Amino acid sequence: MSTSTLPSAAPITLERTIVKSWKGPIALSIFALLAIVLFGVFARPGVSHFRLSTTGDFFQLPQLDVPTTSTGWILAVILVILAAWSVLMVFQSRRVPLWLTIVFAIVFMAGFLTWVAADALIPIPGLLIGAVSLSVPLIFGAMSGVISERSGVINIAIEGQLLAGAFVSAVVASMTGSPWAGLVAAMVAGTLVSFALAAFAIKYIVDQIIVGVVLNVLVSGLTGFLFSQVLTNNPKFLNTPPRFDRIDIPVLGQIPIIGPVLFDQTVIVYFMYIVVAGVAYALFRTRWGLRTRAVGEHPQAADTVGIKVNLRRFWNVSLAGAIAGFGGAYFTLGSVGSFTKDMTAGAGFIALAAVIFGRWDPIRAMLAGLLFGFATNLQSVLGIIGSPVPSQFMLMLPYIVTIFAVAGLVGQSRAPAADGKPYIKS
Amino acid sequence: MSGNEPVDRQLPNISPEKATREPGQSGTASEPERSRWNVAMREILNGSAMISLLAVVLAIIIGGILIAVTDENVQATAGYFFSRPGDMIAAIWNSVSGAYVSLFQGSIYNFRRPGFANGIRPLMDTLTFATPLIVAGLGVALGFRAGLFNIGGRGQMLFGASAAGWVAFSFAGLPFPLHLIFAVVAGVIAGALWSGLAGLLKATTGANEVITTIMLNYVAYYFVYWMLSTQGLLQLPGSNNPKSPGMLPSAVLPPLFGQQYSLHWGFIIAILVTFFAWWLLNRSRLGFQFKAVGLNPDAARVAGINVPRMIVYVMLFSGAFVGLAGVFQVLGTVTTGFSAGIDAGIGFDAITVALLGRSKPWGVFAAAVLFGAFKAGGFAMQASQGISVDIVLVVQSVIVLLIAAPPLVRAVFRLPKPNLLSPLKSNKTQGKKAVVTK
Amino acid sequence: MKLELRGITKRFGALVANDHISVVVEPGEIHCLLGENGAGKSTLMNVLYGLYQADEGEILLDDKVQKFSGPGDAMAAGIGMVHQHFMLIPVFTVAENVMLGHEPTTFGDRLNVAKAREQVREISQRFGFDLDPDALVGDLPVGVQQRVEIIKALSRDAKVLVFDEPTAVLTPQETDELMLIMKQLKETGTSIVFITHKLREVREVADKITVIRLGKVVGEASPTASNEELASMMVGRAIELTIEKGKAKLGQPALVVDKLSVIDPIGQLVVNNISFDIKEGEIVAVAGVQGNGQTELVEAIMGLQSKVTGGITLNGRSLVGRSVREVLDAGVGFVPEDRNEDGLVSEFTIAENLMLDRSNGEPFVKHGTLQLATLAEFAEEKLTEFDIRAQGIGTHAGNLSGGNQQKVVLARELSRELKLLVAAQPTRGLDVGSVEFVHTRIVEARDSGVPVLVVSTELDEVVALADRIAVMYRGGIVGIVPGDTPRDVLGLMMAGEAPSGGKAA
Repeated sequence: MSTSTLPSAAPITLERTIVKSWKGPIALSIFALLAIVLFGVFARPGVSHFRLSTTGDFFQLPQLDVPTTSTGWILAVILVILAAWSVLMVFQSRRVPLWLTIVFAIVFMAGFLTWVAADALIPIPGLLIGAVSLSVPLIFGAMSGVISERSGVINIAIEGQLLAGAFVSAVVASMTGSPWAGLVAAMVAGTLVSFALAAFAIKYIVDQIIVGVVLNVLVSGLTGFLFSQVLTNNPKFLNTPPRFDRIDIPVLGQIPIIGPVLFDQTVIVYFMYIVVAGVAYALFRTRWGLRTRAVGEHPQAADTVGIKVNLRRFWNVSLAGAIAGFGGAYFTLGSVGSFTKDMTAGAGFIALAAVIFGRWDPIRAMLAGLLFGFATNLQSVLGIIGSPVPSQFMLMLPYIVTIFAVAGLVGQSRAPAADGKPYIKS
Repeated sequence: MSGNEPVDRQLPNISPEKATREPGQSGTASEPERSRWNVAMREILNGSAMISLLAVVLAIIIGGILIAVTDENVQATAGYFFSRPGDMIAAIWNSVSGAYVSLFQGSIYNFRRPGFANGIRPLMDTLTFATPLIVAGLGVALGFRAGLFNIGGRGQMLFGASAAGWVAFSFAGLPFPLHLIFAVVAGVIAGALWSGLAGLLKATTGANEVITTIMLNYVAYYFVYWMLSTQGLLQLPGSNNPKSPGMLPSAVLPPLFGQQYSLHWGFIIAILVTFFAWWLLNRSRLGFQFKAVGLNPDAARVAGINVPRMIVYVMLFSGAFVGLAGVFQVLGTVTTGFSAGIDAGIGFDAITVALLGRSKPWGVFAAAVLFGAFKAGGFAMQASQGISVDIVLVVQSVIVLLIAAPPLVRAVFRLPKPNLLSPLKSNKTQGKKAVVTK
Repeated sequence: MKLELRGITKRFGALVANDHISVVVEPGEIHCLLGENGAGKSTLMNVLYGLYQADEGEILLDDKVQKFSGPGDAMAAGIGMVHQHFMLIPVFTVAENVMLGHEPTTFGDRLNVAKAREQVREISQRFGFDLDPDALVGDLPVGVQQRVEIIKALSRDAKVLVFDEPTAVLTPQETDELMLIMKQLKETGTSIVFITHKLREVREVADKITVIRLGKVVGEASPTASNEELASMMVGRAIELTIEKGKAKLGQPALVVDKLSVIDPIGQLVVNNISFDIKEGEIVAVAGVQGNGQTELVEAIMGLQSKVTGGITLNGRSLVGRSVREVLDAGVGFVPEDRNEDGLVSEFTIAENLMLDRSNGEPFVKHGTLQLATLAEFAEEKLTEFDIRAQGIGTHAGNLSGGNQQKVVLARELSRELKLLVAAQPTRGLDVGSVEFVHTRIVEARDSGVPVLVVSTELDEVVALADRIAVMYRGGIVGIVPGDTPRDVLGLMMAGEAPSGGKAA
């Protein structure tokens, strides 16, 4: 019927064309275009003010004032160059590196901030400190998700693990007067939720998503019930946990901007650094990690080399619960200071989003968590200075980004092959 | 067409040899060993009604324990349990029986009220609470049958409610049934489209619907919140609160048994929708194709069924049902204007309802009525006994966990394999055998 | 190491997969376990490897009784296995796959990848493999993946090596190489258990042969036994693989495939510029080792592949770019390669499966509503006509035996007005009785004037059915030869060598 223009049949070999993914460059180009439209075409007149240090800082930096319009144009042009570069890279069959995307995101953010801050002041340290603060439970939750799903168990119950951790840490820390005891109790609580998940999902082979969804409801109901029945009757004894103090790390804490943001935090945040680094190292460099990934990719293969698939999954899911519980404690021991009903408010689901957006990789998931925390905090900061964008749209950002991610429009996200699939042997 | 659950299909499956193995020359050679009596016994013991009943009873017991443990009198009497155990037992009895009596009185019949008309009011409340649960549960159940997990009930309800609400408070002057129909249709379409978006994403890009629907919930929430706090969109003119104006009377679902009861015509619609869902799943071509896609998408594709299109259709239908729940909320339950919390958690309750009802239309109906009773009774319990309504969440989730627990689950669940997080056929040998079917 | 299996019995419910099987494998011996698909060979090996626990019997290594609670124990005792479906993780490198389960580590559980690489290189050199330890396994060709499996077993110092149907996915050349490797291993003192149902291979390498049928040992044979002897032991009666088939009454060319190429979703050219035709009343069989493009060819015809160039016409109408529905409506009947994956919905009843690809309209659907009475009547009729052994039309397809499942598929496809029948691996995994039934039906379809395309990796089936044989190799057609072409010629063609005659039949 039609004539074929394919290579002649002479050497019969399977030829492999390299599948180029244009999704990355396309996404960057769209954002670059958006930047031109927003910062350039709809440029706002005036001067943007940025405060770079707080009064207590070791090094005092002067306030940064830039002309809004011209800065917007310059940054937009940089974005266009970066997008063009990514197009070129794909054209040469190379992958767009992660750092390029990160630089792009930062420049875009800077441009956006400049745009919204026309004739207004944005306190950069406050913005970033708040962002980190909001990110902490997200990142712990994301680490929980990464470990669990890398072992092949979908963890929708992150929300429940966080909430259980928040509740139990508040009660135990109040009763004992020790935030450390609360922290340990939070890990135990998260682990218990995980035990339920693991028992139903691994032992009884109930659909993992169903178990996760139902466990979230159960934890919400239990903590809500106990909060109303017990905690409210005696808040002084049961719901006034001592909080962790900030610890200013010498030298590091004095670095301008970064110092107060990253190194003048509570001990939970420092633990977070350790956990992220630890998970990243353990997953890709250790025997534990190799076996964990094997179990999540191809459980049967793991079984045939003597790895106990379900046992490993069970303990990994439990570990994941402990980590998420730890993150839950941040709500009560780190930020808020007491338990309130459903106080996690969907953080577990954003953490799940971070796992997917981070492609099941601890470092990327952490970056995603930071991005989401930043977006959330940005809207409250913008709410104060009066933003041209309704705050709700900023709040939507993590979710929309995640939808784009799972749709493969931003990067390719591939779950571990056996994620969500129970392993049954005779 | 439900068919029996004849054989436990949990064969060890590591080697493909057994799947193709023939025990004798005839395929039914091993069947006679399963005597009829045996099958009958299994049916009763594994029977879904039995398991559900046991699950409900167990969950209520667990709820009772929680109530007793947190009761102050029980705690006080526990201090001297060994000297006067009777006190504590009496205290437990008082707290638990008080709670469950008020649960009953709040959900079915209140004997302390004069006359039947007053006494039956709790049942009316129960059915009112059940009405949106029925349709939302059907929406989720339809997804389950087609192998799709619609967790996006919240978003779909919010869009359904917003569209219906906007029509209902805007078009003053439209006559009664017309305005109502217009509002209902608008809400149903809005819910369907919001859900269809997730379907479209899955059909075109393979994006897992569990994730997209969860994310779309939040997008919908903030979007509706924004509309509700913006003048000229959904916000009550002149107000600063994120709340809509009240519904016009011409678009409100009229009460079913007079003004003294909260029950509205939505309940009748819900019954009709349940009929429709039954027909759709068991008698229609579309339902046949939905189920084929849910149970074995590969075979469906080879059989000429357009799987991506079916996925979009399923999500459209599912969202339409769930959107209708949102419609009931604004035109039936709360007609004085709505806020962004109008979904009242029904989108999530619908999942447990669908699971408890085993994704069969009339099962879902019954489960929704039960959960409606829990809700109505729970509020009564909170008012009269001071027991937090959250206990209902605990009981509900325990019920679902129990009926999901083996060895009953495989026989009990009408769930097709949810082919989650792997739109590709990767690793399908594991996937296939390891998934809970039915 | 000497391996002895003594009275192994393994039951799955009412089904006895292994019935008191005893086998002795001497050190440095290649011992073949010969048996049909489903005879219980793989079950036996899974028992040996600790994946299943035997209900009765014991395993002895060097006359010591072993207790394996999992594959780990078996491996520690010196048993290695090359699985039929490779137990390799595609996203891991060769070194990672080889070290998994017995990873060399340094301080703090850290993987010693360098050491693992070294081990891969060392074993590769010993056998003359050319393997990059850092290559991702998913990127390697099937034959090379098998070598990774072998290295995996050897890296654990396996003294007894089990090969479970290792040649199913190999070309004849690769098979020959594997035979050489086996002999090499044997010389180093490794005992080898070689599971297969292919007689030729057995006779080539075996020192001793044990034949298994229906879960029982039916006898031992020496490699000098004739094919016929071995085959009849294996099947239990004198086998007649050739069914009665009259001369083809050829009509007009009906299916014409012209310069067809298919590119699969990951960008591989899997079908490369092939052309052939099938006349009315003719069976053309596509032979070849699995994975040489046959599956994709069939999928292209059925509208299941998206990147298709070239022409496929049926009675003058083009099928390229059509949906599956349109192809079916054009009168194409399709028996898919994997009936459980693609042919049936196992949770549906027999009746529902009989209308699976006819749910688009009459007679089973009117005004969007299922016509259940019509369906029931139709299903009852087919149950009798195709001798489907089941309790009734309400029996779930998943509860049928393989043979009966295939009959359901055939019943569905053959009860339509056909212009073409495409049958891919129509008898894979079936018992001999069902094979005969299926073959008879296919020949009947041909005799009624329907053009038939059969795809099979079993040479016996190809020879039994085909009027003409097209041999595929790496996506192309090596040649099209008459149905009575000698097997050795076909074998060479399957390895990619064009027939000496060099011209199409």
